[in-house]
Amino acid sequence: MHKSLPFRSALLSLVLLALFLAFWEGLNIVPRDTAPQSEYELLMGGASQEARVPPPSAVFSLALAELGNPFYDAGPNDKGIGIQLGYSIYRVLTGFLLAALVAIPIGFLVGMSPLMHKALNPFIQVLRPISPLAWMPLALFIIQDSEASAIFVIFICSIWPMLTNTAFGVSNVRQDWINVARTHELGPLKTAFQVILPAAAPTILTGMRISVGIAWLVIVAAEMLVGGTGIGYYVWNEWNNLDLASVIFSILMIGIVGMLLDMALGTVSRLVAYEE
Amino acid sequence: MTYKSLNDPFNPHSNLTHKASCDCPLCNSARQDPSRDGLTAGQRQDQLENALYESATSQPHASGQGATVHTPESGSAAFDSAEEMMDRAIESAVVRSVFGHNEMSRRAFLGLVGAGTAAAVFGALFPLAEAKAALKDSMGKLEKTKLDVGFVPITCATPIIMAHPMGFYAKYGLDVNVIKTAGWAVARDKSLSNEYDAAHMLTPMPLAMSMGAGSTAKPYIMPAVENINGQAIVLHVDHKDKRDPKQWKGFKFGVPFEYSMHNFLLRYYVAEHGLDPDKDIQIRVVPPPEMVANLRAGNLDGYLSPDPFNQRAVWEKVGFIHMLTKDIWEGHPCCAFACSKEFAVNNPNTYGALLRSIIDATHYSAKQENRSEIAEAIAPKNYLNQPVPVIQQVLTGRYADGLGGVMDVPNRIDFDPFPWHSMGVWILTQMKRWGYIKGDVNYRQIAEEVYLAADTARIMKELGYTPPGKTYQNYTIMGKEFDYTKPEEYVQSFKIRRS
Repeated sequence: MHKSLPFRSALLSLVLLALFLAFWEGLNIVPRDTAPQSEYELLMGGASQEARVPPPSAVFSLALAELGNPFYDAGPNDKGIGIQLGYSIYRVLTGFLLAALVAIPIGFLVGMSPLMHKALNPFIQVLRPISPLAWMPLALFIIQDSEASAIFVIFICSIWPMLTNTAFGVSNVRQDWINVARTHELGPLKTAFQVILPAAAPTILTGMRISVGIAWLVIVAAEMLVGGTGIGYYVWNEWNNLDLASVIFSILMIGIVGMLLDMALGTVSRLVAYEE
Repeated sequence: MTYKSLNDPFNPHSNLTHKASCDCPLCNSARQDPSRDGLTAGQRQDQLENALYESATSQPHASGQGATVHTPESGSAAFDSAEEMMDRAIESAVVRSVFGHNEMSRRAFLGLVGAGTAAAVFGALFPLAEAKAALKDSMGKLEKTKLDVGFVPITCATPIIMAHPMGFYAKYGLDVNVIKTAGWAVARDKSLSNEYDAAHMLTPMPLAMSMGAGSTAKPYIMPAVENINGQAIVLHVDHKDKRDPKQWKGFKFGVPFEYSMHNFLLRYYVAEHGLDPDKDIQIRVVPPPEMVANLRAGNLDGYLSPDPFNQRAVWEKVGFIHMLTKDIWEGHPCCAFACSKEFAVNNPNTYGALLRSIIDATHYSAKQENRSEIAEAIAPKNYLNQPVPVIQQVLTGRYADGLGGVMDVPNRIDFDPFPWHSMGVWILTQMKRWGYIKGDVNYRQIAEEVYLAADTARIMKELGYTPPGKTYQNYTIMGKEFDYTKPEEYVQSFKIRRS
C-alpha cells in the first residue's frame, strides 16, 4: 500500500459518508400499511405520515427534482432554488462590498494613526459584538424597506472583521519598509498605496474572508425573519410545511454556496500573498 | 339583446326581477348543468359577463335613446356603451329602492301616472345625475393596477389568497401580487413602510396601529373582516387527561401575536375558569408555523392558534383539538383585510376595486360547496404550502380531532366581511382589560373610525349581498352578556383584569 495521503484521505471520506448515509437510511424504514384505513385514520394522515426525518434517498430524489429545474418561477412565493440562492448571493455581495468600501479606508486610518486608533476603538469594541440580527427591527423601522434592511444587516456584520483586520495589517507593516519609503521621499498617499497596501493585503483579505463567511451565516436568518425571497425564506417556507426533506436539501445548498464563496476569496488571497 | 335586471325601470310593463321563467343569459346559464364544460364557477361567471358586456357594447345604437329618454316598448333597449348600462343600473336601483323593492307597487304606480311623468318626478326628487356621476367616480379609472398584498400563510387568509388563483382580483382589473409574510410584526412593518398596499391582519391590529399601541401611530382602516371562528385550542397529546382548564396551572401556551383574537380569547377562556393568564399560565408569542415544532419539542403545552396549524398538530400526531374557539364565542371575528387610510384616500378607485374583490371572494368562500375547490387552490407552495387533506379538514369542517373521533362542524371556520363596530368595541374592552391600552378609551369612536362598516355595506349592496341593517349588536360569550353600550362597565365586571 503505497498510495498517496490525499488518495487515502479521500477514500476514507467516502467510506465515512457511505456508512453515515446507510445508517441514516436504515433508521428510516417506513412501515408499509396496506390494510384499508378508516375515515379517522385517513384524516389523521395514515400510518406513513408520522413525522420523521426523511431518509437520504428522499432528500436525494428531491434534490434531483429541484436542481433539474432550478430557475422556475411560479408566482411571488414559489421560485426555484437557483432564483432563491441568486437573491441571497446578491444581498450578501451588495452588503459585503458596501462594507468593504467603508471598512477598508477606516481600517487604514485606524491602523496608521495612533490618535484615530485610540479615538475610534471604544466605538468598535461596543458595536462589534452586537448580533447582526439585533439590528433588524431597528433597520426595518428606520429604513422602511425590507430589502434594504436585509442588505444593511449584512453590511453591519461584514464591516467589523474587515475593519479590525485592515487596521491590524496596516499597523503591523514592517517599520523597515516604511523607513525605506521615507528615504525615497514618497508622499503619504504613495506610501499608502505602494508600500502599505501590498504589505497589508493578505491580512485585509483574511478579514474579508471572515466577513463573507459571517455574512452568509446571517443572510439565512435575516431572510427567515423578513420573508419574501432568498434561501432563508425557502427554508422558512418549507418549515412552514414541516417538509424536512426540503429543509435538509436547502441546508446542503447553503453549505455548498458558503464553501464556494469562501473558496473564491481564498483564491484571491493567494493571488496577493507574497514570499519574503 | 337585453336582460331584465337592466330593463327600463320607469316602464310599468317591464319586469325588474329574475324569476323562474326569466330567460336572460345569467338565469339561463345558472339553470344549465354546472359540470358541463369542466370550468370552475368563477371562470363560467367571467365568460358569461364578458359575453354580456360585448353584446351590450357592440350593438349599433338603435333610436338615439339617452339615459333619460325612454322608449315604451320593453325588450328593445340596447346599450351603446358600458356607461349607459351603468346609468340604467343606477336608475333601476333608485326606482326599486323607492318602492322598497316591491315589484307590484312599482308597476301599479307607474301604470297610474305613466313612464314619462314618473321619470320626471324621480328626476326632481332624487339627484339622479349626481348619483350617477358619484358612482361612476368610484368605479372610474384605477389609479394603480399592480398591487402588493401581504398575507400570513394561514386559512384565515383564505379569501385574500384564493382571490388570486381563482381570478377575483383580475375580475376587477387588478394585478395583485399576494406575498407571503413570515409573521404579523413583519406584516405590520411592511404595511407601515408602504411596501404592502394592503394586508391580511388580525382584527385588533388596525385598532392598535391607529392608536399607536405597539407601533407608531398611523391611521389604519379595516373595511372587511376575513373570517369568523376558525381557531382552536390545541393541547399536547400527553395532556389528554387534562381537559379541565383548572389543571392547566403552569402550562406554557402559544399565541401568534399580542394584538390578536387568539390572545384575547385564550385569556378570556382561562380567566372564566379562574386562572389568571398573567400569573397561572405563561403565554408566549410564537409565529404560527413554529407552533407544531414547539409543541412536539415540549416547549409549549398547548396553543390557541390559527388553522391549519391546529389540524396540522393532529395530522402530525403531536396534539389534539381541545376545543374550537367558536364554542367560546360563536361567530367571533379573527382576521381582517386592512390598509392605511392614506392608501384608500389617494387611490379611491383602486381601493374600491380591491374591496369589491375581497368582499366577493369572502362571500364565495362562505359557501360550503366551494370549500373543497378552494382548499385545493390554496394548498400549493405559492400559497399555504400545506397538504391538501389538512386544509380540506379545516375548510369543510369534517375533521379528526386527535382523540379518536371524526367531527362534523361545517362552520368550524366561516367567512363574513361585515366589520361590526360592536366587534371593535369588544376588542378594545379586552385591550383595556389586560392593560394594552390605558386611560379613558372612546370605544365607539375608535371602532367607527377604523372599522369601515359603511363602505362594506355599500359595496355588499352593490354586489347584490345583503348587509345587516345596523353596525352594533350584543354578544353572549361563554354565557356572559356583552352590552356594547356599556363597554367600561363590561371591563370592570371581570374579576381577573389588569386595569
